[in-house]
Amino acid sequence: MDIFDFSDGREGYYGEYGGVFLPEILHATIEELLACFRECKTDPKFWQDYVALLQNYSGRPTPITHLENLSRKLGGAQIYVKRDDLNHTGSHKINNVMGQGLLCQKLGKRRVIAETGAGQHGFATATMAAKFGFDCKIYMGAVDVARQRPNVFWMENLGAEVIAVEDGQKTLKDAVNECMRDWVTNMADTHYILGTACGPHPFPEMVSWFQSIIGMEAREQILKQAGRLPDRVYACVGGGSNAMGIFQGFFDDDNVELIGCEAGGYGVGSYMHSARLAYDDASVGVAQGYKTYFLQNDEGNMNETHSVAAGLDYIGINPIFAHLWEQGKVRFEAATDIEVKEALTLTMRTEGLIPALESTHAFVTAIKEAPSMGKDEIILINQSGRGDKDIFTIADALDDSKWKTFIAGKADQYRSEKK
Amino acid sequence: MGLQTYITERKKDKDLLVMAHVVCGYPSFEDNMKELEIMAEAGVDLVELQFPFSEPSADGPLFVRANEASLKSGTTIDQCFEFMHQASQRFPFKILMMGYYNTAFKMGEEVFVKRIKEAGGVGYILPDLPVEEFANLHRLSEQEGIEPIVLMTPTSTDGRLAKLGAASRGMVYVVARKGVTGSKTTMGDDVLSLIARCRQHTELPIGVGFGVSCKADMDFLRGTADLAIVGTAALKTWESSGAEGLKVFFAELMA
Repeated sequence: MDIFDFSDGREGYYGEYGGVFLPEILHATIEELLACFRECKTDPKFWQDYVALLQNYSGRPTPITHLENLSRKLGGAQIYVKRDDLNHTGSHKINNVMGQGLLCQKLGKRRVIAETGAGQHGFATATMAAKFGFDCKIYMGAVDVARQRPNVFWMENLGAEVIAVEDGQKTLKDAVNECMRDWVTNMADTHYILGTACGPHPFPEMVSWFQSIIGMEAREQILKQAGRLPDRVYACVGGGSNAMGIFQGFFDDDNVELIGCEAGGYGVGSYMHSARLAYDDASVGVAQGYKTYFLQNDEGNMNETHSVAAGLDYIGINPIFAHLWEQGKVRFEAATDIEVKEALTLTMRTEGLIPALESTHAFVTAIKEAPSMGKDEIILINQSGRGDKDIFTIADALDDSKWKTFIAGKADQYRSEKK
Repeated sequence: MGLQTYITERKKDKDLLVMAHVVCGYPSFEDNMKELEIMAEAGVDLVELQFPFSEPSADGPLFVRANEASLKSGTTIDQCFEFMHQASQRFPFKILMMGYYNTAFKMGEEVFVKRIKEAGGVGYILPDLPVEEFANLHRLSEQEGIEPIVLMTPTSTDGRLAKLGAASRGMVYVVARKGVTGSKTTMGDDVLSLIARCRQHTELPIGVGFGVSCKADMDFLRGTADLAIVGTAALKTWESSGAEGLKVFFAELMA
């Protein structure tokens, strides 16, 4: 199955979803990007350079870990985890960013901009910009800046300028709008490093292509380690780049079920979540340059979204998934904030793994389903990011009183130093 | 009377027409009505009524905040159309809907053009709907006698301008520079050569917008463009000095 073969349909469309909905002023820039991307995608040398870069810089291939304790405890399927958390900067985001960095060099542009929610993509972009010598500006919602200081700290120390976006809900979608505004002004020397498989064509295809390295590795590894293909593969879905990454490895394997796990936030009926497909609240619309399912009202204005995981807290789902969901190729489930906290604690205690809150959404669904599966069945979860670097967020999520005491003490110390 | 004929008629008496802009429901519909009164009195020829949208990614900071505040105060699409209806009955200038494509997409393209027509609007501007995507909406518009305004920009190649020119109806909106609405544009040779390039691909009247803010800009555009499109500068004036300020602004602009 090649979802990126547009010869029978419209370029950049996945069923009814995708496309390019941008102001005319950006048309030439998108064309330039598309031409460059096509060149890269058909050049085997480009992919070799990309893989080598990730091997030497980010620690790829990331391993697969068999969670024997958790599997035994749940008494069902054997659970394996793809460890993209072991990448440099702590998540799969670096894959896409390094790929777009190489592409940016080909474009001959010296300045990069990026949106970020939790800060993972901003962190990865700032890292890449430092390595490649690009000027770098990161747009981040003011609310996210306030709750993700550690990532902002690293971005700034890596030499990037971080702009707190004060418009709208002051979160990820507003950071995307601000990137668009920068881009329509500075496209001549600037490449927009979009962080997920959303936005206008060719971004969904391009980001998916770079992330496909996860699935290529994972398929080979699980065959070697478990002796056969998994029965089910789970990945969390915000925009959907890590899920696209791992799922692509199994698109041609009809017996492998693919499950996308969205952010259920406060749950069904709360209207405070980011579950576009698992719940019934989203509808088809056009925003941020593409057509897909958005959490929006009847008049087409976007609703407020929520998740304990800032990286999943987003209004739209990538257009490829909207299509694959309708085709029955990918199943979607949601995990609530409370379930995520429980699953995180369980995973830490039984396996010594600390998945990011985003990735923990995939664990929730897998943990729910594993007990009803046979002991000889195999589950593969994509641990797309690690949680230890998000200590502030996780300590908050777990409501850790000793941590709060520590922070209060630190605050007192800083206050007295100021005096 | 079609938009092109209307513009041609108006141009018999003056050499440069003016298109102004208000964001529906910001600061309030009452204030919008006062703004329109001032615009009508000053002799403004066309007005864009912007329907607020939650993701106005082609707009600059002032309009972004205006969109946001309007939605926050509860502005609905019904109210915007009702306002368009009142304004089109009351004022001599022609009215265009301006907004983002999702507004049209969600209500359905057919309903969208019908409602503009019923409210007395003559057309619409949807900056995030590119030529590749507007065929159906343009067809429906033609049936309804509503005109879609196409945008031409400094980054559009000649091939692209030809395509845009072929799809244009009523008038063409020339974006004077890169960027979002509201920042200053240096009116110079770049703008002149852009207009000249656009003229090669359309015989329709040309309006120039993005950064048109004062009489000097008007003087610059006179004789080269058919309309000057004034947006942010007017709202800025309203915010800083209210109705009196806006009167002075348009009086000076159109002197």
